[in-house]
Amino acid sequence: MDISLSQVEYRYQANTPFERIAIQDVSIDIPTGTYLALIGHTGSGKSTVLQHLNALLVPTEGTVKIGEHEIKSHQKNKNLREVRQKVGIVFQFPEHQLFEETVEKDIIFGPMNFGVSEKEAKARAREALKQVGLGEEILEKSPFDLSGGQMRRVAIAGVLAMNPDVLVLDEPTAGLDPRGRNEIMEMFYTLHKKRNLSTILVTHSMEDAAKYADQIVIMQRGRVMKKGTPTEIFSSPSELVKMGLDVPEVVRFQMKLEQKLSVKLDKVYLSIEELSSAVAELLGRGVRT
Amino acid sequence: MMEKMIFGRYVPIPSVIHKMDPRSKLIIIFLFVAIIFLANNWITYALIALYTFFMLGLSKVPFRFLYGGLKPVIWLVLFTFLLQLFFTKGGNLVFDWGPIEIYEEGIRMGLFISLRFFFLILITSLLTLTTTPIEITDGLETLLTPLKKLRFPVHEMALMMSISLRFIPTLMQETDKIMKAQIARGVEFASGPIKERIKAVIPLLIPLFVSSFKRAEELAIAMEARGYRGGEGRTKYRQLSWRMIDTLQVGLLVILTILLIIFRS
Ligand SMILES: Nc1ncnc2c1ncn2[C@@H]1O[C@H](COP(=O)(O)OP(=O)(O)OP(=O)(O)O)[C@@H](O)[C@H]1O
Ligand SMILES: [Mg+2]
Repeated sequence: MDISLSQVEYRYQANTPFERIAIQDVSIDIPTGTYLALIGHTGSGKSTVLQHLNALLVPTEGTVKIGEHEIKSHQKNKNLREVRQKVGIVFQFPEHQLFEETVEKDIIFGPMNFGVSEKEAKARAREALKQVGLGEEILEKSPFDLSGGQMRRVAIAGVLAMNPDVLVLDEPTAGLDPRGRNEIMEMFYTLHKKRNLSTILVTHSMEDAAKYADQIVIMQRGRVMKKGTPTEIFSSPSELVKMGLDVPEVVRFQMKLEQKLSVKLDKVYLSIEELSSAVAELLGRGVRT
Repeated sequence: MMEKMIFGRYVPIPSVIHKMDPRSKLIIIFLFVAIIFLANNWITYALIALYTFFMLGLSKVPFRFLYGGLKPVIWLVLFTFLLQLFFTKGGNLVFDWGPIEIYEEGIRMGLFISLRFFFLILITSLLTLTTTPIEITDGLETLLTPLKKLRFPVHEMALMMSISLRFIPTLMQETDKIMKAQIARGVEFASGPIKERIKAVIPLLIPLFVSSFKRAEELAIAMEARGYRGGEGRTKYRQLSWRMIDTLQVGLLVILTILLIIFRS
């Protein structure tokens, strides 16, 4: 499902003394199958952008197109349910949304709301649980008896079980241990490829953005500062640093190396393997160290 | 979704009302709640209305904002009106249509009682809109200090109050967040049959309770860790100061009271 935002502006609490513009003039195209990473400082409007992707927020200016649906301000927007079924959101700290008596009931809650039969929903619950790396034995447990990390996974499974076409992830791994983060990010990526999903990921990890994304959008103070492929974005690392953002470790290493050896490699490398073979080749040609 | 709610929200703008001492504001509110019952005819209600709108004007809180926030309460006011309208008997019969009978007295009582309700809500919202929770609590604690002699837990009560007031906006935010998360999972809060909508409250309430309990526990631990030991010997960083404006305001209310007594029937 293609999604596009054009010149979207959103004001929280419009027409009150608390009114504040959270995002403005945001235009982003997300064709089917894109993996898009949204990065930016805290408060730059990332979560606000995400909530437009399934019409939880309606723009105060501009248009959001989600598949066939066009969502604009000042109009009655109908059939939002269809949109919400197709677009699954994993919110920041999704474990806060758990409420059922058992893990199974919580996971099938979403699918059943969208009219999936109980039998089908339960089958999906098992599959989703496997995807997030949990065993079936916890199906009958209360979600409140689980550890924080397990709760997070159950909440994610609840969204996956809705079989969305678009997966929207708001810092899904914040606060997890490094191994858990890796597992979950890999799982999302596998799913993205296998089901040809569109994935929109908000992250503070430049490593993740460099590793998984096809497109990166950088937000600053509610505006889109920069967009492009990871190679484009990270090829001017100093610009990012000036914005107060990190660059992936590999890129930082390459910068230091280039400085030290006073050479310039042909491009920015985003993975250790590529960079090391490039460096090996360079050394093979006999650059003086 | 909960953004329009105005209860317990402070609007930080400079105005005469904002600058008043919380003690005078509290005294005025308590008196106002009492003297509003003196009003019993059109003149006295007009005086009350005049006073209320004068205060609203002084506070500079935008009218549009007040109106948006009061909308949900207006239904309650309307309901009170209808209740009085249909069930008060007395005076001439104005309207008779099968089982529905409306009397003159019903209309009068309905109007008066709902107006009273309305003005009370306006004035009390004005207190929270123009006074920070901390100020309200400080004011209340100071005013109630004499009760300490009677072993009344003034400090504890004030603390409880300030904590509750402090967490109203947090609770609202939390509600908004969880509502959104559940809407994304297909819950319909705003449409569908009543039965479904009532059921939709469960996925909202349970996470709210869970997080509130967790927050309460964390707060208690944080307070203990910072050496909180109750009100005994505790001094205050913010000192209250009673100024000319406070005396004037209390004076104005006294004048209103006298006028009400003169003009009531
Ligand atoms: N419910 C709300 N009411 C009022 N203002 C809000 C609300 N939610 C967010 N904002 C404001 O909008 C701006 C953008 O917030 P947003 O949550 O989109 O940032 P973010 O980029 O997701 O930050 P983070 O990385 O901390 O999650 C912030 O300045 C924030 O204060
Ligand atoms: Mg956010």
